[in-house]
Amino acid sequence: MVPPARPRKLAKVPFVELADGRLQGVVSSGSDIERVYVSSIAAGTYAFACSTNNNRPCGGARGSFCNHIRALVTEAVLQYGARRVARSLKVETADDEATAQTLTAAMTATRPPLDEAKAAAAVFSRFLRHLAYLELAPVTTPLPEMQWFPPSRAVA
Amino acid sequence: MRADLLTGETAGLDEALAAVDGFDDALTEGLLRPRPAGAAALTALAQALAGSPPAARVAEAAEKTAAGAADEEHFVALAAARTALLGSVHDALTARAAEAVGRPRAEEIAPAPGERPRPVNLLLAARAWLSDLARAGWRGIDHEIVSGSAPVISAMLADPALRRLAALLDGFAVELAASCPGATLERVPARRWADLWSRAVLLTLPGAADAPAGGTATGRLLPLGVDLHEHATAVQSQVHGVFEPADGSPSRLVRASVSVPKPDSVVGAGLWQLLRPHMSLLAAVGEGRSVELTGMPVTAEGDLLWDDAHARAGESADPFVTARVALPAATDPVTAPLDRHPARIAVPVFLEGYERGTGEDGRPVFTVAGHPLPVDTGRIPVAGPLTPEAVAASGACVGLLRWDAGTFFVQPLAVERTVRKKTTALHAGAWAAGTTDKAGAKAEKAATDAVAVLRERAGRLLRK
Repeated sequence: MVPPARPRKLAKVPFVELADGRLQGVVSSGSDIERVYVSSIAAGTYAFACSTNNNRPCGGARGSFCNHIRALVTEAVLQYGARRVARSLKVETADDEATAQTLTAAMTATRPPLDEAKAAAAVFSRFLRHLAYLELAPVTTPLPEMQWFPPSRAVA
Repeated sequence: MRADLLTGETAGLDEALAAVDGFDDALTEGLLRPRPAGAAALTALAQALAGSPPAARVAEAAEKTAAGAADEEHFVALAAARTALLGSVHDALTARAAEAVGRPRAEEIAPAPGERPRPVNLLLAARAWLSDLARAGWRGIDHEIVSGSAPVISAMLADPALRRLAALLDGFAVELAASCPGATLERVPARRWADLWSRAVLLTLPGAADAPAGGTATGRLLPLGVDLHEHATAVQSQVHGVFEPADGSPSRLVRASVSVPKPDSVVGAGLWQLLRPHMSLLAAVGEGRSVELTGMPVTAEGDLLWDDAHARAGESADPFVTARVALPAATDPVTAPLDRHPARIAVPVFLEGYERGTGEDGRPVFTVAGHPLPVDTGRIPVAGPLTPEAVAASGACVGLLRWDAGTFFVQPLAVERTVRKKTTALHAGAWAAGTTDKAGAKAEKAATDAVAVLRERAGRLLRK
């Protein structure tokens, strides 16, 4: 079973996920309330990308991780725990000592390239799908298969 | 409770589970071109069903699959065979649990296929994805295969009539995605994933997800406790209670469920916040009240199909009084044929006068009349006052009797604890309707903020 996400404040980084071989998510712009940045790091190569939801490249993400990507790592560690983030991104690190800072340092030390995969549109649409979950109707017919999904007190 | 009846051998159980495990190993390696061991396991599964009504179809499916020539119909037959075997395990365990708790049992339910029209295309699309999984095996899954489920799940979630399968597929897909690639997985949860896979395959049969019709319930509902289920993108609460019909007929055990999809970052107290507005029963549970039902639809399995229009708050009712006085005489419902599975067993029980101890794995054990019964405190929701420590120090317990990995155990829903000669009750679902508890209020505030942020973002970015 997958341990549940740990609670975190969502204002700065409303969406984080480990999916499709990447750490990816959406970071709110600090200056414009209408704007968000779509940021990602690929597992293994740490190839990174950051652009606005209108596909303008982030000025900070030229040579190395911008502040949006750094915030993404920090919030991913809060939500999933450093171990799971490290394992997903294939970052070699001593399990007990991993933090967002050590993970980011280990990745930037390899001088990762810019990601040419252009996943921003896909990530943004996953974020919209994620938001749409709040709009779905509840049901009072029983879902017997949820018996397989007990709440877990285990921490990620 | 006769806890002595919960231990010891069950005839045929090991053999049935061995056939299931063999199939699960074959599924782990993939059913595209099974190796000799996998082919032998498929034959063994078919042999375990010999003499039963689906025997011929299962034998054919096993043969074709072993030869690497399976189609989707064959996968359905194999999923049905595995489900039937676990159904027999369920029946043996349930009979044992019924003897131990010593309550009357309801009569068997005849299978009644549903009549409601279904968007068959979506069911077929789901089955196609599940067949891709089966061919690849858990060792062969990658992000591309797993993400193939996304369009099907999104389309299904929009239709509440398909929610049962949608919620299952969604939780399953998230779990598989977190385990990709399967080739490098340290340990494959073969039984669990095969359970989820075969349940999903059967639910793609039109009508399979429909609950057998029961009628309506008019009378008094006395809540016993709340069981919570969650995966990354869905939450369900199930209230167990004793229903006393107004016409004076025998009381029986019922459940009332409410579930809703959710973003994965809504957790803890946020789960109660999502569920709360949709079932007044949660407020009644939080306030320790009974509920008067008038014409509430109920299935033959004892599931109330909750609608607030058929319910109004009743007098106060202490769940421990209900457990001591009303529970022993209540009739246990019978599980619908397709839903029979050991993981589905959740029998309300009341325990007191037990000796408290600790098992080898560090978990609490209640020794009831000389017989140890393990206690699973891992299923207690975090957003509530009930804690593993309170359970370990308790003197009485309302819980659910469950079975997993060869043993019965108790999941506490509420305990009574005596501190300085004063007895207090702690309920797992006490915060379902909100709380004035300091830690609880803090958790509520954090959850409210999280949902507010997401709603604000959704308002700006969705529908543009």
